Amino acid sequence: MASLFQICEWLGAEVLAGAGGLDRQVERVCGSDLMSDVLSYSQNGVLLLTGLVNAQVIHTCEVAGIFGVVFVRGKRPLPEVVASAEEFNITLMATRFSMFESCGLLFVRGIKGLNGVGLDDRCLKVIP
Amino acid sequence: MNQPKKDDGSDSWFTESFEIKGNDFITAGRVSIAVKNLLKGAGLPPEILRRAAIVAYEAEMNVVMYGGGGKCSLYLSPAMIRLLVEDQGPGISDLKLAMQEGWSTATPQMREMGFGAGMGLPNIKKNADRLKIDTALGQGTKVQAEIDLL
Repeated sequence: MASLFQICEWLGAEVLAGAGGLDRQVERVCGSDLMSDVLSYSQNGVLLLTGLVNAQVIHTCEVAGIFGVVFVRGKRPLPEVVASAEEFNITLMATRFSMFESCGLLFVRGIKGLNGVGLDDRCLKVIP
Repeated sequence: MNQPKKDDGSDSWFTESFEIKGNDFITAGRVSIAVKNLLKGAGLPPEILRRAAIVAYEAEMNVVMYGGGGKCSLYLSPAMIRLLVEDQGPGISDLKLAMQEGWSTATPQMREMGFGAGMGLPNIKKNADRLKIDTALGQGTKVQAEIDLL
């Protein structure tokens, strides 16, 4: 588990919205551009990594109870999408890293996926 | 807001209806968020809110994408949440296929929005305690989903 602030540092990300909520704790991370998959598998305390930057990402997060989003490979949403995130108190960040790189950077630091799979402290084996 | 009415033996119903605009991908989802906020105001627990919002959202997206617009009605009794989402669109030709995960008739535009992965109706079924779908070609589609509160 890590705070959004910590994850922001690890990904060298810029905070675009919801800076007041950076102390929230991330339990699991989901990387997807398919919003129905996000709705299907998400839980509370989830951070979403995505390459989509449209209004539906924010609506999906609000519906599914997701409080943080990282936009990968330098993509940025339009101002109205950022405003919508502020309205729902969803933290938005942008990183230059790709989806694969972003997921890897978090995974090696012990952040778990939606199924609870993560690495042990020395990154030597996968913990189911 | 309508007056509470008797139904299904429950004590009272709170009812509210929302219009869903067709093919409007910017506001799509706002009706479901309004539904979630109403239920939140009723003091329901987070997991119930999440399930109801997901049911409403997937149904709303279907109406936006395929139905050309329609209506979402929320009924709340002490025993359950009932969502009735209806449109006058083209209807679903093969409901059995549409209930299968991964089956989709989405356009490239819908896929660009992150939808059309063939998970909509399966997601609704997964989060509802009861689901009834009335549809026929040229007759529109009615999706009724219920979530038990007791």
